[in-house]
Formats: sequence, structure tokens, C-alpha cells
Amino acid sequence: MPDGTSALQLVFGGDPALYAIVALSLYVSVCAVILAALVALPFGASLALTRFPGRAFVVVVLNAFMGLPPVVVGLSVYLLLSRSGPLGFLGVLFTPRAMIIAQALLVMPIIAALTCQTVEDLWLEYRDELTALRVTPARRVATLLWDARFSLVTTLLAGFGRAAAEVGTVMIVGGNIDGFTRTMTTAIALETSKGDLPLAMGLGLVLIALIIVVNALAWGARRIGEIRAG
Amino acid sequence: MRAPISDLPVAFEQASLRAGAVNIVSDLDLTLGAGSPTILFGPNGSGKTTLLRLAMGLVAPTSGRISWGGRAEPGERLAMVFQRPVMLRRTAAANVAYALRAHDDRRVAELLDRVGLAHVAGRPARKLSGGEQQRLALARALARDPEILFLDEPTASLDPAATKAVEDIVRAVAASGVKIVMATHDIGQARRLAGDVVFLARGRLVERAAAATFFTAPATPEAAAFLLGDLVI
Repeated sequence: MPDGTSALQLVFGGDPALYAIVALSLYVSVCAVILAALVALPFGASLALTRFPGRAFVVVVLNAFMGLPPVVVGLSVYLLLSRSGPLGFLGVLFTPRAMIIAQALLVMPIIAALTCQTVEDLWLEYRDELTALRVTPARRVATLLWDARFSLVTTLLAGFGRAAAEVGTVMIVGGNIDGFTRTMTTAIALETSKGDLPLAMGLGLVLIALIIVVNALAWGARRIGEIRAG
Repeated sequence: MRAPISDLPVAFEQASLRAGAVNIVSDLDLTLGAGSPTILFGPNGSGKTTLLRLAMGLVAPTSGRISWGGRAEPGERLAMVFQRPVMLRRTAAANVAYALRAHDDRRVAELLDRVGLAHVAGRPARKLSGGEQQRLALARALARDPEILFLDEPTASLDPAATKAVEDIVRAVAASGVKIVMATHDIGQARRLAGDVVFLARGRLVERAAAATFFTAPATPEAAAFLLGDLVI
């Protein structure tokens, strides 16, 4: 067991290096969730509202991809972004941008699959009304996403949780470069392997606290929205 | 702006809707033309809601056909108010604006005023009372500038005051030239609003008559029994 006092000292001692790591972790995961949501929300909602041959296959694959192994996603993005890869010319490997791309790919299926489920359920309630109002398919997607917005907050949180907690993708495409691409999770993994358990534990506590704070903020926003919008 | 083509009359020709082995409505022959309100009358499960859903084009008949103004597809100027209308998660005014073809704040205010909801325009629709929600659903339906307005037991769960408010609006809408087709199983309401009555039982059209005739001298034993308050199943 690590020495609790030193872990706490680290957390409350105002170490600038620690804050930089915390800030980068938040930045990468929040950007990844936003990027993923831009694609996954409309995709999930459209999938919920359309029927086409092979739809069941797409849904099954999407659900399965919720459990994508982070290291595999990391490796794929690494191959894409590496100097000899198809996107190598971008020169973003081992930068926070690469980490954002990789995490976005990781959480996209989660957000899309959960959105699909949420919107499908809401559609059962809305179908007759929106059909009677002769609402166009594109507007249906927008309407259902908007009206499901409070449930979708939880969906985005699930995505954020996955992004903030994973270590495999950011380790591979970020490289865990001190002061540049080191995040909470990669730092914890590194410090653990170095045997600096107090530091690893301190970082772990900060990460957990951070996730709780983000969830609390989202919960508050959701409650206020629900009270206002009914 | 009025669409040039009309959806009237809505004509059912031997229209049936079957779900598995069950006939929900069978062999309907019915023409709904312009004029005074038509009340779909009959016990629960007689097929009133299904008839409205068919007339609105929400479901297609499994056999027979339905035409709207002689065309096989329903047009734009049909509107429907459901027994339990879905309130979009936004303000009352935004619910009405949603149904308008083009953004028009003045028209929203006008429609809310027409159903007596001007004072709750900015409130979330889901926070309104049952009666207010039903009137908001009416305003939303009217926003589509309908030629025909279908209403499915819009007052089924409302108290007398809220029922009266809805009936007053329906009467005013009918007076403005919109064809009203309304389902109810409430005899009093049918008497108050009907120009003519379509009486349904067990998914079949049993009798159609002008209101005056239907309520004083029903032609069929089922209608007579139902009017007397006997249980018609």
C-alpha cells in the first residue's frame, strides 16, 4: 500500500506538473467526446429511424464496437498516422491531436449505440404525432435528438467516462511524452511500473475526483434543464 | 397559403385493417365530405381510433382502399389531435411554431389566443395541465391550416370545464369551415357536436345518419341499445 499522506500531499500541494497532466487529460477527453458526438448523435438517431436491409447487422456491429479494445483502436490510429501511413503527412502522431482522434474513435460507437437505443424508444412515443404533422425525416432526427437531450447527457457521460479512463490508445498514439502527451492514465501506468506507488495513487485519486466532478456538473445541468423544460 | 389540391372527400372502399388473425376494422365503406362535424360514435374497441388513423394515413388498410380527394395518397392539409397528444419538450409557443410551415411569431400568438393559451405561451408544454395540453394540441393541429381535423376522444380524460373549453374550440373551428371528424364514446358530447353520426361496433360501420335522426330514431338495434345506455360490446 502506498503512503496515504504523500498521495494527499501531492493532490493538495499544488504541483504544477500534476495540474498540467490533469488539464491535458480533460482537454483530450472532452475534445474527443465532442468530436465523437458530432458524428455519433446524428448517426445513432438516423439509424434508429431508418429501416434498410442489413440494418440488424449494423446495429449488432455497433453494439459490439462499444467494447472495442483500446489498444486495437490505438494501434489502428497509429498505423494510419505513422510516417508511412495514409495520414502520415498530417504529422500528428505523438501529439494531443492524435490522442483526441483515437479516443473519439473509441467512444463513437458507445455514443452512437446508446443514442440509437434512446431515440428508438422515444420514437415509439412520437411516431404518430410526428407522422401526423408530416415532419420530414431529417427534421425527425433533429426533433428526437433535441427532445431526448436530457437522456443523451448520460450517453455523453458514458463516452466521457470511457475516454477519461482508458490508457491503451493514448499510450500508443500519444507516446506518454512528459509535459506534452502525458495524461492521468498514462502517468499512473508509468509511475506504477516505476514503483512510485504514492504518486500513482495520488493521480488515481485526482482522476476519480475529476470524473465525479464532471458527472456532478452534468447531473446538475440535466436537472435544471428538466425542471425548466418539463 | 392554401394548397391548391383538396383532400376531401376521404373515401373508404371496403377498407379493412387486420392484425394477425384479428380484424380491427372490417369492410368500411364510408365517405367523409365537407360539411358539419361527423362524430364517430361507439363503444371502446369499436374501431374509432383505427378509422381515424386510416383516414389520417398513419396506417394503410390491409385490404380495400382509401382515397383523399380522389388521390391514393393523403395530402398536406390533414391534421389530427390524439387522445394523448405528445408535447414536444419545449415551450407552448415553440410547440405551435414547430407545426407551422414557416416561422411566424404573429401566427403563433394568434393560434395560442384562439385556444385561450396566450398566457402560458412561454411555459414548457409538458408542465401544462391535461386540458391545456389538449388545447395546445388543437392549436398545433390548426397551425397546419387543415381542411380536415381528426380528433380522437380529445376530452376522454378531462373534467367538465376543460371539456367545454375543448368543445367550444372545436365548434368555432367547424364554424370556420374546417371539416371535423371526431371520435367519442360520450353520448352527451356526440349530441352537442354532431352534424352527422357514424356509429361503429366491433370494427364495423353499423349506422350512419344525420344527428337529429340518429339520436331520436336510430335505425339499428345496436345503436338503439347503446343510446339507451345498454352495454354494446
